[in-house]
Amino acid sequence: MKPSVLVDVTVQIVFPAALVLSLYFLFAGHNQPGGGFVGGLVAGAALALRYVARGYPAVQAVVPVPPPVVAGIGLLVALGTAAVPLVLGDEVLESAKAAPELPVLGTVNLTSALVFDTGVYLVVVGLVMAVLDAFGGEPPEASS
Amino acid sequence: MLVAVAALVARAPEVVDGEVLTESWTWVEGLGLTVDLRLDGFGLLMALLVSGIGLLVAVYAVGYFGHHASGLGRLSGPLVLFAGAMLGLVLADHLLVLYVCWELTSVTSYLLIGWDDRNASSRGAALQAIIVTGAGGLCLLGGLVLLGQSAGTYRLSELLADPPSGTTVSVALVLVLLGALTKSAQVPFSFWLPGAMAAPTPISAYLHSATMVKAGVYLVARLAPAFADVGVWRPVVVVVGLATMLVGGLRALVQHDLKLLLAHGTVSQLGFLVVLFGIGLPEATAAGVALLLAHALFKAALFMVVGIVDHQAHTRDLRALRGLGPGWWPVLGVAVASAASMAAVPLLFGFIAKEKAYDALLHGPGWAGVTLVVVVAGSVLTVGYSARFVWGLLATDKPAVPDVPGSSAPVTSAPPPPTGFALPAQVLTVPTVVLGVLPFLADGIVGAAAAALDPAVGDVHLKLWHGLNAALALSALTLGLGATVFLVGGRLAETAARLPLLAPSSVGFARSLRALNRVADRTTSVVQSGSLPAYLGIIVLVVALVPALAFAADPSWSGWPPLVDRPAHLAVSVLVVAGAAAAAALRRRFAAVLALGVVGYAMALLFVVEGAPDLALTQFAIETLSVVLFVLVLRFLPDRFEPSRLPRRRAVRLGVAAVVGVTVTAATLVATGSRTSEPIAAGFVERSVPEGGGRNVVNVILVDFRALDTMGEITVLLVAAVGSLTLAGSAATYLRRREPGGGRARLAPSTRAEDQP
Repeated sequence: MKPSVLVDVTVQIVFPAALVLSLYFLFAGHNQPGGGFVGGLVAGAALALRYVARGYPAVQAVVPVPPPVVAGIGLLVALGTAAVPLVLGDEVLESAKAAPELPVLGTVNLTSALVFDTGVYLVVVGLVMAVLDAFGGEPPEASS
Repeated sequence: MLVAVAALVARAPEVVDGEVLTESWTWVEGLGLTVDLRLDGFGLLMALLVSGIGLLVAVYAVGYFGHHASGLGRLSGPLVLFAGAMLGLVLADHLLVLYVCWELTSVTSYLLIGWDDRNASSRGAALQAIIVTGAGGLCLLGGLVLLGQSAGTYRLSELLADPPSGTTVSVALVLVLLGALTKSAQVPFSFWLPGAMAAPTPISAYLHSATMVKAGVYLVARLAPAFADVGVWRPVVVVVGLATMLVGGLRALVQHDLKLLLAHGTVSQLGFLVVLFGIGLPEATAAGVALLLAHALFKAALFMVVGIVDHQAHTRDLRALRGLGPGWWPVLGVAVASAASMAAVPLLFGFIAKEKAYDALLHGPGWAGVTLVVVVAGSVLTVGYSARFVWGLLATDKPAVPDVPGSSAPVTSAPPPPTGFALPAQVLTVPTVVLGVLPFLADGIVGAAAAALDPAVGDVHLKLWHGLNAALALSALTLGLGATVFLVGGRLAETAARLPLLAPSSVGFARSLRALNRVADRTTSVVQSGSLPAYLGIIVLVVALVPALAFAADPSWSGWPPLVDRPAHLAVSVLVVAGAAAAAALRRRFAAVLALGVVGYAMALLFVVEGAPDLALTQFAIETLSVVLFVLVLRFLPDRFEPSRLPRRRAVRLGVAAVVGVTVTAATLVATGSRTSEPIAAGFVERSVPEGGGRNVVNVILVDFRALDTMGEITVLLVAAVGSLTLAGSAATYLRRREPGGGRARLAPSTRAEDQP
């Protein structure tokens, strides 16, 4: 794949923005359109952009963890959110809410569902990375 | 196990007096599944055998293996699990709990037979055992469910107190019998038990003589009093039991391996037990209980003796054993006493039990006479192989060992075993002898066990001397004929064992396995053709036709739904149709993918128009990513679709496409107009903020109300991804290896020519 300056520069600009957008989706998702799944997809798309510009090493540079580990951690986080209420004597996946006052952000509505959503986010990101890793090798000579 | 024995002994007096102890825990409340345990007389006897012999076997195993053998953890884990499962089996009062324990014993038995996992034959024997008992277990499950449903209760005690009847019950009983007869190694399923002798001897002594193989007998014993008169129960049980008794006895007579001799002898005795319990006569039931106890005592002891001899002399071949030298009398005494008990020599407990059995059959109805004749014949064989066992162990002058593979060099002496090694077998022999001389000591437990099975059994009085009667005459006849059989030698038995009827049924087993494999191969080659278009065609046709058939069976048409709500719909539709048409018409793969992307984005637009920003967002993100991923994969495929050279194939594909398109359109139209229940959305919207703490109801549903679904979905997603990525990776590696110098491999080349729109 030949590096292209135009693509390279565009990705440099778009990638951070897309990541921020994906985090916004993740955190705002409980009240606004968004959520962990969409956030994960956007982050995945952002990583795919990096991949298009510079290949898989550029993806690895951002996330220096193997894709299955990312997805696995995500699943563990989600499972943990499911299990913690059991330990505390509630139903499985019971959610808890809190609304602390934070210095800059003001009143922030937090729910334990956000943690669960983070798990979903990580699973999706991990899977996109895994696909990029698996199918993202050099194309075969046969079709080039 | 010591605790179990102590607990059982502590409660024994009450149970012997006819009291019943019960325990119950709720297991799965929604299914009404409870773990009901019930300790009655028969349960007590079985539980005492399971835990008592288990304890002795554990002590014995220390001597057998020493402290440093490798893989002992792998042995003792399943062994303890087995003991627990077996206890559960004999104490369970709920049919499904009984079934679960039943299967647990099969599985642990599999693990224990295959303990020597580097030996192919022991792995094969383990597999054979679990296939036979597992298949029987499935039949049993079907039978138990049918029984439970027709009785309206899964409580064993309630079922037996008020037995249902009818055709369903007859079928259920046949299924249950299949389970019981496979588990207890009855003809024609008996072959797995001798194979199971691949297990270490302590395991054989415990599972395959004293306890697990009695599970089938146990079930027959439990059910017989209530069901012996229903359907084919009595003919099946009696015929199978008698056949097993004869076949096992004949095979035992021709064995050279002492352990295999005992194994075939066990098969024979199990047949005898099945007859006594299954026949459904109160007297025979009482005799069966006595024989069950006697058999557990002498057979476990005999197995232990064989293990000791094998361990010290390094052979179990009775042709090679020519006396064991000095210091062996404590072990050989056990062997002689136990074998004599097996042969029903007076003054031993086996004699008391057999007398009781003869007596019961003598006083039974007319057909019991025929049974009696066969039982006597089987007992003659038992005497024969018991004598052969003792002869093989003691005799010093034997014909030369034939020079055949598998025979070992003659042994004339071996170091006697340490005291602790022989102790468990000796402990087991004590009751054999004591109860043989003073049988009334066992009246209490045998009587309680028999009465628990069948209330019609009165007080049981075991006696050594009944006076000169027919049963005594039969016993004398049995011993005399048995001695003759032994003296005439194995020749008679060898001839008999060559009869085709008696050919090892493991041949049939192997044949049926091969046939099964062939069927599986053929089915696979038909079902898994490897053609992607064929798979896809079948999937979409099923998706289209199943709802279509349902609709055709019950057509209802509520009129056309409003086709176009607002102008934007029309614009979006045009986009979707154009994209789809382009995707179908374009010849370049990449262009087709982009055209599909247009369809996807247009759908997202539709969601926007309908006021579903979350859906639209997700659709946009998914669409973008799928195009990227498509591109990644497309690089491995040729640039263009290859046009089909066969017009017929094109016609088929057009037909499939048309059918799917028409039915999906019709289904959409019908479904839109036929909502009958209230949408659940309103409830979710109401509860979203107070319960979920979020104003985005879609997300609250995903991560709160339906979080368990989401959890399942991401798990499935991950598993599917791991699977397909692994496949893709290994395919690539495989192709790369096959085409050295060919550089990167193409993925799935076989689909290329077929892959068309």
